[in-house]
Amino acid sequence: MSLDREDIDKLCVLARLKITDEEMADVGSKLSDIVELVDELQAVDTASVIPMAHPLDREQRLRPDAVTETDDHERIQKNAPQVEKALYLVPKVIE
Amino acid sequence: MHDKTLAQLSDDLAARRVSSVELTEHYLQRIDQHDKELNSFITITRESALEQAAAADKRIKAGETSPLTGIPIAHKDIFCTDNVKTTCGSKMLDNFVSPYDATVVARLAEAGAVMLGKTNMDEFAMGSSNETSYYGVVRNPWDKEKVPGGSSGGSAAAVAARIACAATGTDTGGSIRQPAALSGITGFKPTYGRVSRYGMIAFASSLDQAGTLTQTAEDGAILLQAMAGDDERDSTALPDPVPDYGAAMRSPWEKISIGVPENFFDDGLDDASAVAIREGLAIFEKLGATIKDVRLEHIHLSVPVYYVVAPAEASSNLARFDGVRFGHRAEDVDDLTEFYMRTRGEGFGSEVKRRILTGTYVLSAGYFDAYYLQAQKVRQLISDDFERAFSDVDVLVGPTTPTPAFGIGQKMDDPIQMYLNDIYTIGANLAGLPGVSIPCGFSGGLPVGMQLVGKQLNEAELFKAAYYFQQETDWHEQVPAGYE
Repeated sequence: MSLDREDIDKLCVLARLKITDEEMADVGSKLSDIVELVDELQAVDTASVIPMAHPLDREQRLRPDAVTETDDHERIQKNAPQVEKALYLVPKVIE
Repeated sequence: MHDKTLAQLSDDLAARRVSSVELTEHYLQRIDQHDKELNSFITITRESALEQAAAADKRIKAGETSPLTGIPIAHKDIFCTDNVKTTCGSKMLDNFVSPYDATVVARLAEAGAVMLGKTNMDEFAMGSSNETSYYGVVRNPWDKEKVPGGSSGGSAAAVAARIACAATGTDTGGSIRQPAALSGITGFKPTYGRVSRYGMIAFASSLDQAGTLTQTAEDGAILLQAMAGDDERDSTALPDPVPDYGAAMRSPWEKISIGVPENFFDDGLDDASAVAIREGLAIFEKLGATIKDVRLEHIHLSVPVYYVVAPAEASSNLARFDGVRFGHRAEDVDDLTEFYMRTRGEGFGSEVKRRILTGTYVLSAGYFDAYYLQAQKVRQLISDDFERAFSDVDVLVGPTTPTPAFGIGQKMDDPIQMYLNDIYTIGANLAGLPGVSIPCGFSGGLPVGMQLVGKQLNEAELFKAAYYFQQETDWHEQVPAGYE
């Protein structure tokens, strides 16, 4: 199956990913090649197979829901592009 | 000094024939001399390396040594390192200074290893040639017009050129074994969960596993010994005790049974590589191994399965790069959706974008069952094939890659050709099995790697087979011209 411009625009919004006009043609053709590659899976009979989500057949371990880490926001927020009063700044979310 | 293995240098340090400071200065000087050309490092941590070396010398003096005390190593730049830039090969993290150490980094530091720096890699580990790095291509020390493989390409090139004694790497679809093969060194990927993923920047969480790039299997065993084991910070880390790999490796040879996946020798395999692998198998036969043909019925589907599962997991993992808490941020945008889109559009390179979009596609409404669920089912079939094979044999042996190192730029325009490079390695990731690539010859002057795949948690047996093979051969001792 090949992907057209409209399909890719929709994926870009879902993935929150800007593709420039110059990148678009290349992304379209290569993505279609990849979809063609993975389409090979459609021919396999898997009617009785249980999907494998994880390579190891183990129980996921749990831990008590207790606070173990101390507040270290100053150090951690050194990496934040924009911070004010220990809060992360983002463009306006609610009008 | 740099011609010695980790094990040999470890003996030299313990016997005080050399100090860690001398050794570290020597490797730093070699990096200065060779790495402008190779580009295997993104960050060199000169000052902290010399501090760690001085501390290691004190420990050695006090008699508190482990085999890694004072050994200069390099970390793939996918591992978070406290107070050191950690980029994952991406513009997105060009300004990221990690506030903590990955468990792998912390454990190796505790064992006394010295960190020389952080190695170059494909962006977010997505690539098989190291060409998708924001920090430029890495050159293969055997032929500087060729790629070193990827995604752990910087680690592989640095160890091959003997500008680092050993290095860490990660392997999601072959990213340790493939560059090890193309660069003529030993690359070990443990069982999924054997090494903690805490602080290892996530690509595909059900496949990612940390491992080692070294000159020899013996060196890999020393490094893995310190890395492996349970970690309360990674709920998928395996609680099983870590055996003494060194002791197991040197234990007397027992008759093992080797399975050769016959379909790995089909049309796609380079002729001279096939000859080298067959000669490698003859060495095992001489050692007393039984060789049997096995068939992995669904293995040809491992590339399509991988290119559904890995991008799906990646599209979810990479959602965290949003320009808010860390990393690149687009400027002068008022609308929130546009802000995310531009931040990510500017911060990610083209291969990463392709994978995120592929993952978004296979997970999107209407396609989920046909692609993602179907891929998980075929993944089970591939895993069942391995289990069936291992009911009859102890180890599987075959090629690591279809060809030796290819030219820089040769496959960049054709992602499918690039993806097919991992055709022999992906299966072990899908099934969570340990695997190792060891040098076994040359094709057109370039190294050829032989891959051994073992049963889950049977690292010791793989180390032993590789160790005995390296006692009989000297392929792993070959050093590229100009780096002797």
